[in-house]
Amino acid sequence: MPWPTRKRGGLDAHEKTSLGKGVFRKCDGCGETLTAEALHETFEVCPQCGQHHKLSAARWRDLILDDGKLEVWDAGLEPTDPLSFADGKPYPDRVAASQRSSKAKEAIEIGAGSINGVRVAYGAFLFSFMGGSMGSVVGEKVTRLFERGAAQRLPVVLLQASGGARMQEGILSLMQMAKTVAARERLRDAGVPFVSVLLHPTTGGVAASFAFLGDVNVAEPGALIGFAGPRVIETTIRQKLPEGFQRSEFLLDHGMIDRITSRLEMKQELGLLLGHLVLTTPLRARSSRRLPEVDD
Amino acid sequence: MAAFVLPFEKPVVELVTRVRELRALAEQDRQFLPELRRLEEKAGRLAKELFSDLSAWQKVQLSRHPNRPYTLDYIGHLFDEWLELHGDRSFGDDAAIVCGLARYRGRSVVVVGHQKGRGAKDNVKRNFGMPHPEGYRKACRMYELASRFGMPILTFIDTPGAYPGIGAEERGQSEAIGACLAAMARARVPVIATIIGEGGSGGALALGVANRVQVLEYGTYSVISPEGCASILWKDGNKADEAAERLRMTAPDLLRLRVVDRVVEEPAGGAHQDAAAAAKLVDAALHTTLTELLAKSPDQLVDDRYERFRSLGAFVG
Ligand SMILES: [Zn+2]
Repeated sequence: MPWPTRKRGGLDAHEKTSLGKGVFRKCDGCGETLTAEALHETFEVCPQCGQHHKLSAARWRDLILDDGKLEVWDAGLEPTDPLSFADGKPYPDRVAASQRSSKAKEAIEIGAGSINGVRVAYGAFLFSFMGGSMGSVVGEKVTRLFERGAAQRLPVVLLQASGGARMQEGILSLMQMAKTVAARERLRDAGVPFVSVLLHPTTGGVAASFAFLGDVNVAEPGALIGFAGPRVIETTIRQKLPEGFQRSEFLLDHGMIDRITSRLEMKQELGLLLGHLVLTTPLRARSSRRLPEVDD
Repeated sequence: MAAFVLPFEKPVVELVTRVRELRALAEQDRQFLPELRRLEEKAGRLAKELFSDLSAWQKVQLSRHPNRPYTLDYIGHLFDEWLELHGDRSFGDDAAIVCGLARYRGRSVVVVGHQKGRGAKDNVKRNFGMPHPEGYRKACRMYELASRFGMPILTFIDTPGAYPGIGAEERGQSEAIGACLAAMARARVPVIATIIGEGGSGGALALGVANRVQVLEYGTYSVISPEGCASILWKDGNKADEAAERLRMTAPDLLRLRVVDRVVEEPAGGAHQDAAAAAKLVDAALHTTLTELLAKSPDQLVDDRYERFRSLGAFVG
């Protein structure tokens, strides 16, 4: 298994301070005590048991994109407050707090980059921003990702980690599901591939829209992926859910995803996939034959 | 159908009942006709007044009213030559979604709707209108069939939501809903969705990617149930009334947010007081909208639907 190559010189000064030398963390999988630095080195994968801990969008860039480079699109999009929603705290305050702590404007970043030399339209959810929830901005950016993928003939690689639709934008969040899927279909019509990468967790409105509509769906090991959250299901059926329910391995067993891929092999696999889907010579020009026109 | 009366609709129900009694009398003896007209007019006005400032939560209760007309009721009133079609071709048939072919004003159409049960036994069969993946896959098959044969798609939305259960997850509830959204987006025919009751989240949207979406006066549409919202926000499902207010899920709010294109008025006291009259009002709205959409080419219809949803959302930058 090829270990991802790190930039020479190791951590930069900023990373060192933010990591705090000598900080220890317990692995969520095996309970082993690990240094934050060691986990950083392995992209938050436990060297003992392989547990995949959450990885920041910035680190995903480092891991997946050539030279960690993303030409960011539409970084300035920000939500408004269409419902004047408050739940103890007004929605704009909640957004502002998330923006301060995450140093991002919203729960997704999109842009152009390369994976093993193949130029792609790339998107990654920021779970740390309000649980990666999809409101108007996330919906708009996913839509633009698919639209630009189609217009520029760039395969779309989208890394998802989301609790679902954003409640604070109400019904407009639900509408983003339709909007994004319609854009995904335009990409399909353009004959450009979409590789959907499902991370922990992918549920609700993101799962039930574009997440499973990849030409290929790949999941990280042990990720929670499903329509309804486990607690909602347990409340509804009044019984405990079996071990491993809605985890990646369960989805693979039930035929819902193509592959489970370790984070440490993700780039290599995406490279292989894109090689097959993009760099290949088609047997014949892709036909976009449409259905016969219908008279009223 | 067992009568069920919500506390706040009592005065309206009494009025409507008196009108109904007088109508029966007038059918036998024409001398009651003038009084019937007077009472109808008065009842209509009073009912409007009494229902004019219903809270969001009261409207939610109306949208879930057990006497409310369901999809099959509307099918009975609106269409001829109804032919139900079953099954998803891979696992089973889901009675929580009914699909079929019908004739609407002389034209063959494909009908897809959520179906709630009437009474306990029927509700078990219909799973309270909460579909499993096979229901959505059946719907998907219908969208494709309609597109293939050039038949308009008319959907009726009325569900608390897609069913959250073990089997539903095993068989890919998420994928099934996503595939419906895609198939609706691709349909090369007019698509009109009517929210006749509850529009519960993704499970409702799977029937909602339409060129035009209309909602009945006391229909609702929301990203999450008010109970679910309250239990997340305040760890208290009993604050559903407050959540219903904040979610902006009633017809006027949906129109303001441009999530629906039209609000269809209901008869005095709500659709459940007079299903035939409710169907008449739905019919008028459907007819106008369908006529308008039939003027568009298949490409225009797909683009029109794309732009409709493309423009929804609130952001700056
Ligand atoms: Zn471990």
